[in-house]
Amino acid sequence: MSVQSRVDKVLENYGLAKRDKLIPILQDIQEEEGFISRSSVLKVAKHLGIPASKVYGVATFYNQFRFEAIGTNHVMVCRGTACHVKGSASVLQMAEEVLGIKAGQTTRDGMFSIETVACMGACGLAPVISINGEFHAKITAEKLKKLIEEIRNREKSNGAK
Amino acid sequence: MAQNNDIIEKNLSAVPASVRKSFLVRAFGSEDYAEKAASLRRETLKKPVIYVGAGTCGMAAGAGKTLEAAREYLKANKIDADIVEVGCIGYCAAEPLLDVQLPGRARVSFQSATGDVTAKLLDSVFKDEAPLKDNVLGQFEDGGKKWPKLPMFNEHPFFRKQMRFVLKNCGIVDPLSIEEYISRGGYGAFLNVIHTMTPAQVCDGVIASGLRGRGGGGFPTGKKWSVALAQQSDQKYIVCNADEGDPGAFMDRAVIEGDAHRVLEGIAVGAYAIGASKAYVYIRAEYPLAVKNLKRAIDQAKSYGLLGENIYGSGFDLDVIVKMGAGAFVCGEETALLNSIEGRRGMPKPRPPYPAVKGLFGKPTVINNVETFANIPEILTRGFDAFAAIGTKGSKGTKVFALSGKVNRTGLVEIPMGTTLREIVFDIGGGIEHGLAFKAVQIGGPSGGCISQANIDIEVDYESLKTVGAIMGSGGLVVMDEKTCMVDVAKYFMEFIKKESCGKCIPCREGTMRMLSILKTITRSRKGESAKDTLSRFQGVMELENLAQVIKETSLCGLGQTAPNPVLSTLRWFRDEYEAHIFDRKCPAGACTEMLEFSIDQNKCKGCTMCAKGCPTQAIVGKPKLPHYIVAEKCISCGNCRTVCKFKAVTAA
Repeated sequence: MSVQSRVDKVLENYGLAKRDKLIPILQDIQEEEGFISRSSVLKVAKHLGIPASKVYGVATFYNQFRFEAIGTNHVMVCRGTACHVKGSASVLQMAEEVLGIKAGQTTRDGMFSIETVACMGACGLAPVISINGEFHAKITAEKLKKLIEEIRNREKSNGAK
Repeated sequence: MAQNNDIIEKNLSAVPASVRKSFLVRAFGSEDYAEKAASLRRETLKKPVIYVGAGTCGMAAGAGKTLEAAREYLKANKIDADIVEVGCIGYCAAEPLLDVQLPGRARVSFQSATGDVTAKLLDSVFKDEAPLKDNVLGQFEDGGKKWPKLPMFNEHPFFRKQMRFVLKNCGIVDPLSIEEYISRGGYGAFLNVIHTMTPAQVCDGVIASGLRGRGGGGFPTGKKWSVALAQQSDQKYIVCNADEGDPGAFMDRAVIEGDAHRVLEGIAVGAYAIGASKAYVYIRAEYPLAVKNLKRAIDQAKSYGLLGENIYGSGFDLDVIVKMGAGAFVCGEETALLNSIEGRRGMPKPRPPYPAVKGLFGKPTVINNVETFANIPEILTRGFDAFAAIGTKGSKGTKVFALSGKVNRTGLVEIPMGTTLREIVFDIGGGIEHGLAFKAVQIGGPSGGCISQANIDIEVDYESLKTVGAIMGSGGLVVMDEKTCMVDVAKYFMEFIKKESCGKCIPCREGTMRMLSILKTITRSRKGESAKDTLSRFQGVMELENLAQVIKETSLCGLGQTAPNPVLSTLRWFRDEYEAHIFDRKCPAGACTEMLEFSIDQNKCKGCTMCAKGCPTQAIVGKPKLPHYIVAEKCISCGNCRTVCKFKAVTAA
């Protein structure tokens, strides 16, 4: 299915929607496409009958919305207080170093992306990260490096097949 | 235990007989419920039950593998047993948790039950009938025959001083079963309220109970409700704030994951008390499991007729809608949250008018947090006065804290108001990790403050915490040890606030940015600093407190008004640390790496050249197999050499 029709399909679910459905619509689009594209913003604006600037304003206000595609392996680093006290800054630094990108970016091959989150709510097991939704507790910079290398090797051998 | 049947009986004693009958028949299949309810509470078992703590934190610790191993074990040994995925019991440090209950025996709980030891643990119960002591956390007081020489669960130091109202069922019941919740007295209080009490009576009762908002503000819940009740309007709303944005807090997530029905019942009672027919739950999208369990609970409550139109013939309608937050800390502020539900940027509005008068879509709206609502069923079951008897003069009942940081036993702690912080950190939390010295505990997240050793004996109470520059907050409690730098902590919170400031008012938007840059200069190294830099650094330092006051006094909403708190409270209690950074250019805790001066111990260095290869500025010189040196002028204090050194020869001071 093409990208265009996926957005249209989301909008179909919100037939006679008003402004209060704006955030749920954007969330659904991001769920489908992985990010909010320029054309999606325009479509949503038209659908709800509000200026595109307002849609864009809302989308950029909230941390959840992305405007760039994420990598196949999405690394989320928790930067909550407990994680910070337990050294999440060095974990983030290591992730950025190993992958050669900054938080919020995606590697050129589209294999990895990094995102920081305010708090994942697993403070008892700090520091935590999640890769594609799977949590890794009590992570250290070294452990993370290993994890990333494992994924890289796996992807490589998959690619070779 | 049997007293749960008494609770069901007491709750339903005054409701009309027809309502009682149809409710009980729906939940238990017949009006004669005692036996069915007992089996739902697993007091009488036909086959063994295995419980796995499968909340988000449990899964992070590896509960998924434990579950898998338990299933395989049952299959391999041809044992017929049920596996129940429960929520989080709160003892995060001991996760993953695995409980086993044999028919007629007490439920026994194992800690650190990772996938690889699961089979061994299950063997110790099923085959040897002698639960492996190394992993046993304790056995439950559940009427089953006790295991010899095993400690009791309630007497574990982590649980002994706790008093569980909100977390009562968390980790005990299957969160996806409404029947289990009802079998422990659930929804009875709600039915009683809508049939035998007027909304005004409920409001007055909650005022009498002394319940105050658990989201941080501490406004009396009953008062808020009665203001909304007094408004004349065709439509009113009640909103449950589950947008737990505080970094370092996870109570609300655990409660919704582990016992969503308790929250729903509280919301339903609140809606009745103010006359609202629509309820919104504004929940973080970052909590997928909580969202899933909550939606499931709403569907179940609907199918039981506990939500919907004309609930059990009372004429009261209630619809509950789940709204996913999109990640903005400022949405914890009431008016910002309402804007977000309306599909706008989450920016606060000036008050008054208060939301209780003019809130969501311009209608009277009450907003309470998850923990506040979760208290309601317990208050109704115990009685308003009985609840008011617990706690201190101004703060009643219990408070849940998310204990984390550098403490031995991390997790969720629910204690009666008036417990001291020392008891929480040392008795319940088991003191500081690795035998280090305690430095501070941060309470209340980015709006709160740090409490030092000198005030550790302070009681948990809304007013007394304010006297030391902290707040109750929503329940984040992060413990810090001697290796934590308080200036760094203040910098961390300023960074967070700067990012999360919505940008509406200038003092908050620009002021927090300026405060952060001042803090950054404080923790900066002297290297490469020009005379002008030094001058502006001192100027900033001198303005810091003044700037904090301006932000406090001139911001519109709670976020801005409390934004400088982390800086002010660390300045108040840890001024010496700031001074060490400012004047001596040293970080006493050794946490601000930029300020550290690295050197290589000539006796330990083997000349392996690892550090020299990894140095980004070529600041390390030396020949292979001979000790290396660091050229201080070139060193940027990145700490890379210390990380790569296998001989621990790199030291920093």
